Amino acid sequence: MRMTPTRTPARSTTRALHIAAVATLLCASLAARAGEVEVLHYWTSGGEAKAASALKATLQGKGHSWKDFAVAGGGGDSAMTVLKSRVVSGNAPAAAQIKGPSIQEWGNEGVLANLDDVAKANNWDALLPKVVSDVMKHKGHYVAVPVNVHRVNWLWANPEALKKANAKMPTNWDEFFVTAEALKKAGLIAVAHGGQNWQDFTTFESVALGVGGADFYRKALVQLDPATIKGPTMLKVLTTFKKVKGYTDKNAPGRDWNLATAMVIRGEAGMQLMGDWAKGEFIAANKAPGKDFLCAAAPGTGNAFTFNIDSFAMFKIKNTANLQAQKDMAAAIMSPEFQETFNLNKGSIPARLNMDMAKFDDCAKLSSKDFVATAKGNTLVPSIAHGMAVSSAAEGAIKDVVSQFWNTDTMTPEQAMDRLVAAAKTK
Amino acid sequence: MSSPFATRLARWMPRLAVAPGFALSFAFIYGLIAWNGVLSFSASRLLPNYEFVGLAQYVALFESERWRVALVNLGIFSGLFIGVGLALGLLLAILLDQKIRAEGALRTIYLYPMALSFIVTGTAWKWILNPGLGLEHLVRGWGFESFTFDWLVNPDMAIYTVVIAGVWQSAGFVMALFLAGLRGIDDSILKAAQIDGATLPRIYWRIIIPSLRPVFFSTLLVLAHISIKSFDLVMALTAGGPGFATDMPATFMYAMSFSRGQIGLGAASATIMLCTVAAIVVPYLYSELRGERR
Repeated sequence: MRMTPTRTPARSTTRALHIAAVATLLCASLAARAGEVEVLHYWTSGGEAKAASALKATLQGKGHSWKDFAVAGGGGDSAMTVLKSRVVSGNAPAAAQIKGPSIQEWGNEGVLANLDDVAKANNWDALLPKVVSDVMKHKGHYVAVPVNVHRVNWLWANPEALKKANAKMPTNWDEFFVTAEALKKAGLIAVAHGGQNWQDFTTFESVALGVGGADFYRKALVQLDPATIKGPTMLKVLTTFKKVKGYTDKNAPGRDWNLATAMVIRGEAGMQLMGDWAKGEFIAANKAPGKDFLCAAAPGTGNAFTFNIDSFAMFKIKNTANLQAQKDMAAAIMSPEFQETFNLNKGSIPARLNMDMAKFDDCAKLSSKDFVATAKGNTLVPSIAHGMAVSSAAEGAIKDVVSQFWNTDTMTPEQAMDRLVAAAKTK
Repeated sequence: MSSPFATRLARWMPRLAVAPGFALSFAFIYGLIAWNGVLSFSASRLLPNYEFVGLAQYVALFESERWRVALVNLGIFSGLFIGVGLALGLLLAILLDQKIRAEGALRTIYLYPMALSFIVTGTAWKWILNPGLGLEHLVRGWGFESFTFDWLVNPDMAIYTVVIAGVWQSAGFVMALFLAGLRGIDDSILKAAQIDGATLPRIYWRIIIPSLRPVFFSTLLVLAHISIKSFDLVMALTAGGPGFATDMPATFMYAMSFSRGQIGLGAASATIMLCTVAAIVVPYLYSELRGERR
C-alpha cells in the first residue's frame, strides 16, 4: 500500500473512524457485562421525571447502566401499545410500569419474570400489606414491585371559600350536601369536576365507599357480586352520586382534572373529589397544606382507603448479566431510601410499611397513617377507577355505565343497576 | 441495445421496479387485513393469541350498548356530514360560479379549512362551542342573557357538534370539486337552453346538476370514507364524551384494542368497519370499471 502525502488526511480519517467504531463496540460489550436495565415508563412530567431519575442514580451506583425507554402520555395507553409490540417481537424491556390486574393479564401471557428470591432475601411479605403483595404476585410468585401508593378517596377544599360560605369541611355525605348548598348560595361552584369518564368514575368510587362502606365496596366493585350491585345500598350510592352532579358547573364535560383543581386553587370552586396527585397541583401553585388548602378523606371514608399503586413488572430476559441488574433494580425499588425520595417527588406515599414519614407533608402523613390502619382493619380496598380492582375489560364496561348514568338525566338508578350487572359480566 | 440480454432486461425492468412496492403493500395492507380478520375470531385479550372462539367476539360486539351508540352515531354523522356537506358545497360552488369579483380570494377562503388537520378543527370548535368560553358566553355578553347553546355538553346533541365541525372543514373542498365540474360544462348547451327559453333555476335543475353526476359520485366516495374512519375529529372535539355519547366505530375500535385489552373485540369491530366501507366502494368501483370497458 503506497501512501502519497495528498491522500494521507483522508486515510487517517478513515482509520480513526475504524478505531472509534471498534472502541464503541468494545465499550458496548463491556457495559453489557456490567448489566443493563431497560425501563419502560410514562413518567415524563416534571415531578415524575425527577422521581424516575432517583431510581436511575441508585442503579448506576451499583455499576449497572440504565436505558431509559420513556413513552409520553400520562395515562400510559401509548406506553402499553409500544410494550405490546416489543413483547410480541420477543424483545421485552427488563422492566415496565404496569399496575393492578394488568399484572395478572401479563402474567397469564407467560412473559413475566419470577422475583421470589429477591422478595425472600428482602422480606417483602412482611414489608407489604397483604392486599398490596397480592396484586404484585401472579399465581403466588412475585412478578412486580410497588413504587408508591396513591390514595384516591380524597376531598380537597379551599378554606377561603368555605369561610366565605360559612361552611365546614364535611365528614359524611349529609354534611357534604349542606356544605355544597352553602357554597352554592355564596355564589361559588360547589364541586370542581372534570367530565371525563375516569373522573366521573373516581367520584363514583368515593361515593360508593362513603355511602356503602368497605365491605359493600369490596363485594360490589371488586368481587362484582350481582346481588350487591343490584341491591338497596347501590341504589342509595347511585342517588347520592347523581346528587353530586347538581353541584358541579355545566362546563365540566371534557375538562382535565388539573384544570378542575386550579378552580379550587383560585377559589372559584369550593371542593374537589380527586386522588392525591391533586396535591402536586396545589404545591406547584405554592400553596401550603392546612393553610391554603385542606385535605381530608372523602366524605364517610375516614376509616377506609382506596389505593392506586404504581408498580414495575419485570419481564423474562435472556442475558444473564442483565438478569442481575434486573434483580438489583427490584431490590432497589423496595429500599427505604428510594421509596422516600421517589414519593417526596411524586406526591404519593411509600408502599413499604414502617417508613419514617418525617420529611413528608401533613396530607401524606395522614395518608400514611390511614394506609397502615386500614391495612390492619381490613378496610384497605383497591381503586376500581384506576385499574386496581378488576380486569381492564370489566372496568371499562362499568366505567361506561357510570359515566352514562352521570351524563344522562333520563336514566333512572334502577336502569343503571341493571346495566351495571350486565357490565360486571364482561370477561 | 439489441442484445438478447438487453431486450430481456427491458421487458423485466418495469416488473422489477414495481415488484417491491407491490410485495410490500400486499404484505402490509392485505396481509394485515387478513391477520385482523383472523384475530376477530380468536380469544385475543392483551396480546394476540389464536384460540379460536368462532363468532363470539361478533356476538359480544353487537350486544354492546356502546357499539350500538357508535353505529347510530355513525349513521347520524355520515348522513348529515355527507348530505349537508354536498348541499352546502354545491351551493357555494354555484354562487361562486356567477362571475363575481374577487372570486380567487373567496375560493381560497372557503377552501382554507381543508388545509387544517381534523385535530386543529376539533380543538378550535371545542373552544368555540364550550358554553363557558365560546359562542354562548359571547352572545350572553352581548346582553342576550337567556341565550343557550350547550350542544357540546349535552349528551343528546353532542354528535351534532361533530357534524358542524366536520361540515365546516369539508364544505370548501366539496365546493372546489363542484366548481371544477361546473367549469367543465360546455357553454353552448347552456346557450341553447337559454335560446329555448329555459329559466335559470330550470337550467340548473335539469341540465347543470345532472351533468355533475360524476362529481357527485367522487365527492360522495371521499366524504363517505372520511365519515366511516372519522377518529381524530371526535377525539379532539369531544373524546367520545359526554360519557360515550359521541363514540364512533373508529374510536370504539381504538378503545377496545389498545386501552381495554380486548384485541379480539376491537378486531371484530374493525372488520365490520371494513365491510361497511367495502359495501360502498365495491359497487362503485364495479360500475366505474364496467363503464371503462364499454
